[in-house]
Amino acid sequence: MSPLLEVKDLMKSYGGVHAVRGVSFTVEAGQMLALIGPNGAGKSTCFNMLNGQIPPDAGTVLIEGRDIKGLPPRAVWRLGVGRTFQITATFASMTVRENVQVALLSFHGRISRVFGFAGAACRAEADALLALVGLTTQAERPCGELAYGDLKRLELAVALANEPRLLLMDEPTAGMAPRERVELMRLTAEIARAKGIGVLFTEHDMDVVFEHADEVMVLNRGQLIARGTPAEVRRDPQVRAIYLGEGLLYDARHREGTAA
Amino acid sequence: MEFLLVQALSGLASAASLFLVASGLSIIFGVTRIVNFAHGAFYMLGAYVAYTLTTRFAGPFGFWGAIVAAAIIVALLGALMEMVLLRRIYQAPELFQLLATFGVTLMVQDLVVVIWGPEDLLGPRAPGFTGAISLFGRMVPTYDLFMMTLGPVVLGILWLLFHKTRWGVLVRAATQDREMVAALGVNQKWLFTGVFALGVFLAALGGALQIPRTTVTHAMDLSIIVEVFVVVVIGGLGSVFGAFVAAIIVAELNAFGILILPQISLITVFLVMAVVLVVRPWGLFGKPESAPRAAAGLTIRPWRPFTQVERAGVALVVVAVAALPFFLGNYALTVGAEILIYVLFAASLHFMMTVGGLASFGHAAYFGLGAYGAAFLVKYMGAPMEAALIVGPLLGLAGAVLFGWFCVRLSGVYFAMLTLAFAQIAWSIAFQWVDVTGGDNGLLGIWPATWASRPAGFFWLALGIAVVGVGVLRMLVFSPFGYGLRAVRDSALRSEAIGLNRQRMQWAAFIVAGTFAGLAGALFAFLKGSVFPDYMAIPTSVDGLVMVLLGGVETVSGAVVGAVLYKALAIWLMSQTDLSKLVLGGVIVVIVLAFPKGVVGFIEDLRHRWPRKGNGATVGATKAEAA
Ligand SMILES: Nc1ncnc2c1ncn2[C@@H]1O[C@H](COP(=O)(O)OP(=O)(O)O)[C@@H](O)[C@H]1O
Ligand SMILES: [Mg+2]
Repeated sequence: MSPLLEVKDLMKSYGGVHAVRGVSFTVEAGQMLALIGPNGAGKSTCFNMLNGQIPPDAGTVLIEGRDIKGLPPRAVWRLGVGRTFQITATFASMTVRENVQVALLSFHGRISRVFGFAGAACRAEADALLALVGLTTQAERPCGELAYGDLKRLELAVALANEPRLLLMDEPTAGMAPRERVELMRLTAEIARAKGIGVLFTEHDMDVVFEHADEVMVLNRGQLIARGTPAEVRRDPQVRAIYLGEGLLYDARHREGTAA
Repeated sequence: MEFLLVQALSGLASAASLFLVASGLSIIFGVTRIVNFAHGAFYMLGAYVAYTLTTRFAGPFGFWGAIVAAAIIVALLGALMEMVLLRRIYQAPELFQLLATFGVTLMVQDLVVVIWGPEDLLGPRAPGFTGAISLFGRMVPTYDLFMMTLGPVVLGILWLLFHKTRWGVLVRAATQDREMVAALGVNQKWLFTGVFALGVFLAALGGALQIPRTTVTHAMDLSIIVEVFVVVVIGGLGSVFGAFVAAIIVAELNAFGILILPQISLITVFLVMAVVLVVRPWGLFGKPESAPRAAAGLTIRPWRPFTQVERAGVALVVVAVAALPFFLGNYALTVGAEILIYVLFAASLHFMMTVGGLASFGHAAYFGLGAYGAAFLVKYMGAPMEAALIVGPLLGLAGAVLFGWFCVRLSGVYFAMLTLAFAQIAWSIAFQWVDVTGGDNGLLGIWPATWASRPAGFFWLALGIAVVGVGVLRMLVFSPFGYGLRAVRDSALRSEAIGLNRQRMQWAAFIVAGTFAGLAGALFAFLKGSVFPDYMAIPTSVDGLVMVLLGGVETVSGAVVGAVLYKALAIWLMSQTDLSKLVLGGVIVVIVLAFPKGVVGFIEDLRHRWPRKGNGATVGATKAEAA
């Protein structure tokens, strides 16, 4: 059986900038896999190639064995891939619930219908998703009024609407308070394990990474330089060299040490 | 063969002015991101001012000095407009900027007539270039040869300006990254004003240089702006070299198109533009725009359908309107029917603009096609009114299917320019294809059935169609399809990531809007008893835009209110003053500056600010408002 996501020798350059240089990895169902690396390492570029947003210069992306070459994002979505964006992308003119309803209508193939009131469609299902991410009390609010952390939750709910088997989350917790971060990723991990979804996410907060990732991959200047369990990656001298100065790894280990 | 060469040379001479105007538009857009609709007006002003100066100061020095002086004077006017008007709306949606500059265009049209009179003016010949030389046995005016060389010379000067002067380098930097220039400590305000003045200077120079070739008329603004839009769509907005190449392409196509298809010469230009758009949607030398801004309709307050009470209120209003024939005279009823037709027209545009996020500057095309569709059926097939009203709008639908397919490939200002260009093409076909459309004389004798021939009868017919039409459009707004459209408009990224096909949905919206506009047009043909090319002209398109804007782009019902207010105001103004365009243009500018949310949006804001008592202040404030 082919893995949920298989990436082979992915390449992308912008002019002279080699954003991604020969990246290969796999994601299995039910796995929480973190992709870390300094700013500009090529993480977002990778993500955008995984769902068809930008075409790779070379390399293949297989989703359950199917090559997504040439498919637009909407077609990749139909293969069961949900995603959230580094900068949240929501429908500002709609309420929180309506945001989810649109995604559900699309999933059920009913978005082109010209009869019936969309506000009443898929309501229970939408509310269930909102409950899952803890937005029940916000359902009626215009999504433009939401706090940033709640917007990120909404993105998660929308990304879950097509019952994805693979979830791509680019910096899902950027811009959130530390406590909110841990909470959102715990929630994500719970959902992922319960539904057997494979999750690939990028994250700057090492506390979050080490607590919730089953495995960690490290990207530097467009190349993968390490993959392993959080403990293994933390010990990797190359990885430590990159993060030296940022103090992130040390910090995380230090805190873990005191907790233990 | 010789003849073809001479024809090509004449094309090159026409390309020069086109290039000047188009490069000015491109330079302004590159830095300020504003598509200056008033560019054609400045071109025309350049010609008029040059006419006055050249007739006053004779002699070679007087003539050439007058041409340059005219361009400088108009450039100063442009700078003034930038400082007074545009500085206030740089942050506004593109639609508002286009509309504001269009308002200025309208005002200039009337002012020109006031100052220079309605007659076409013939300026002096250019000293030193009055003769013609013989080329291949044909006479070519020497002034054409002068113009031909002028194009490359101006291109060279612009290149030097942008590459060899500090100011030019700053402008190029600003074109690429505005934030960076601000960070360099450059005074951005004056940079913008300078760039705008330069662009206007080029436009005015292009106009001034035309006076030895053609007469100066007060219609030259709209004809040039459409050609210029075609040029920048082909060449790529923001690219001076693209403007140069595309100006030559368009001018040559015009020169040869006349030979191949004298009846519908614009067709060739249209075909080339279509091919370019399919292959390179951002033009031959343009760059793809980064994330396009939605052109219109970003609401912060979610919409909801009418409540039972509100529905009853609307039903009461409809009943009251239906009772009007018992109280009003024939003239008032005819005016009323016209207003109702425009309500449907505005509602169709609103659907596409507010729900679909597609601000069309050429919606009149489908209105006019519907009118012609009905007229053809009556004239050539002897169809009764009822059949013509049902089948006629299908021509609007067909036009929307064809044009829409191209238009939805673009967004924002490109979309606006392309819709305008298509409308102008539809207009010129109606105008030039005399055998079928009657050309300027139109088609007459499109009378309604006997039961609707009395003003009261026709009023009820119009009311019925308008109510059903607006009702259907409203139903669409709240249907899953309407939600999908808004999703696509709100966030292209997110909607694509949840499986929505933006182009297909927007194409569908385009077709729906075009069909309902066609229905309004067919009805209009029977109201007037005739059809003319002007039904498709730019002013009709802009009337629609202003109605939507006046009512409020962010609302569901705004178009209806806006259409009633605007049409009543326009008809009344027409009867009160000869300067209706001046007043209307002024109204547009004031609306854009003072009521960017329109009348209904303004009322909603008031309601939002003071929530009604009793239903809990916080809930009342955050709950979706009826729109
Ligand atoms: N559209 C683009 N055009 C040019 N360069 C880009 C573009 N997108 C990303 N890059 C460059 O590619 C590199 C990787 O960027 P990105 O994938 O966003 O990194 P990350 O998400 O890890 O911060 C960076 O050097 C960035 O400047
Ligand atoms: Mg990133």
